[in-house]
Amino acid sequence: MQRSKNDVWVGLFVLLGAVALLFLALQSANLLSMSFQSRYRVTAKFDNIGGLKPKAAIKSSGVVVGRVESITFDDKVYQAVVTLALDERFLFPKDSSIKILTSGLLGEQYIGIEAGADDKNLVAGDAIGTTQSAVVLENLISQFLYSKAEEGPAKPATAGNKK
Amino acid sequence: MSWYKPADVGFAARRLLGDIGAAARLFMRLLALAGPAFRRFGLVRDQVHFLGNYSLAIIAVSGLFVGFVLALQGYYILQRYGSAEALGMMVALSLLRELGPVVTALLFAGRAGTSLTAEIGLMRAGEQLSAMEMMAVDPVRRILAPRFWAGIIVLPLLTAIFNAVGIMGGWGVGVLMIGIDPGSFWSQMQGGVDVWQDVGNGVVKSVVFGFTVTFVALLQGYNARPTPEGVSRATTRTVVMASLAVLALDFVLTAMMFSI
Repeated sequence: MQRSKNDVWVGLFVLLGAVALLFLALQSANLLSMSFQSRYRVTAKFDNIGGLKPKAAIKSSGVVVGRVESITFDDKVYQAVVTLALDERFLFPKDSSIKILTSGLLGEQYIGIEAGADDKNLVAGDAIGTTQSAVVLENLISQFLYSKAEEGPAKPATAGNKK
Repeated sequence: MSWYKPADVGFAARRLLGDIGAAARLFMRLLALAGPAFRRFGLVRDQVHFLGNYSLAIIAVSGLFVGFVLALQGYYILQRYGSAEALGMMVALSLLRELGPVVTALLFAGRAGTSLTAEIGLMRAGEQLSAMEMMAVDPVRRILAPRFWAGIIVLPLLTAIFNAVGIMGGWGVGVLMIGIDPGSFWSQMQGGVDVWQDVGNGVVKSVVFGFTVTFVALLQGYNARPTPEGVSRATTRTVVMASLAVLALDFVLTAMMFSI
């Protein structure tokens, strides 16, 4: 195969394309931060997961320690079942508690995990017992309205109820 | 030729079916000629040089301006909802998923597809293709296949360059001009963009568009009527058909990839 001066330019072009693809993968999609470490799965049941999505972060003290793997619904107990994939490096006591939190005022939701005090650690297949559901804005508002109604000028009504 | 004469309608339908059949046969032949094309890699290389390197300037400049505009428009909308930091994610996702593959394919059809059609159409008009056949050289193998495979190599690379330059353009306007925090610009982007779901699907799209645009250009050139007018018509048809095919395929691909 004869070589021509096109070789250099074509090589340069292909290299440029490859660099662009690498840039997209590394800088915009952040391929490197995806840990290829092995993970262990635990489950947790929530009354309400709000806007939690698969792949949402699991954070402890603000550090990402895993990802939400899947969310399904259990129609025996009418609760959402969330499968958490936790990084093998991080171990948590068996009585750790988790809750669904929101980053920022209207940001996306993630799971916060708080370490308990048990001697034994969570292992694959365990279920986390203590969970706290997502805050639903409508419930919050109605709670606020009820408490306002109770303490406000409705005192005669509560007094009437006591009778 | 009139629509109310059954014979004419039948003739038109038969001709349409025949055209589709001939096009499908050519497509299968081009696919089957992948091996021979890459064994004589010099031919493919020269076409990559012609289609790729010469399209680089228009792709890079367009990508830069598309990135600029996306950042400006996105900022005005996102700022209303108090989430201007999500600009990086918005620019990256719209480029990677839709604008990058589609705009690159449209520009490629205009910049490279037309030149392919005109070149092959003129070869047909100048009876060069017939001359090759006389010398027992298969024009599909010698002329069309290298161009076909070169187009398929080139378009994904051009799309990647378009996306990368566009994201840098969005960064330039968003961070340098408007003054969004660069940390949140990149971290929001990295949080929202998935390697396989977004970058990977964009590459799949651009490969499909590479097949589409290059094949339409070659088909139109190969079937062009051997007159100056025929070549000019074929060139026009290349742009029209390739653009329509890209946009329609984009809808189908998006519906397949991103539907939940």
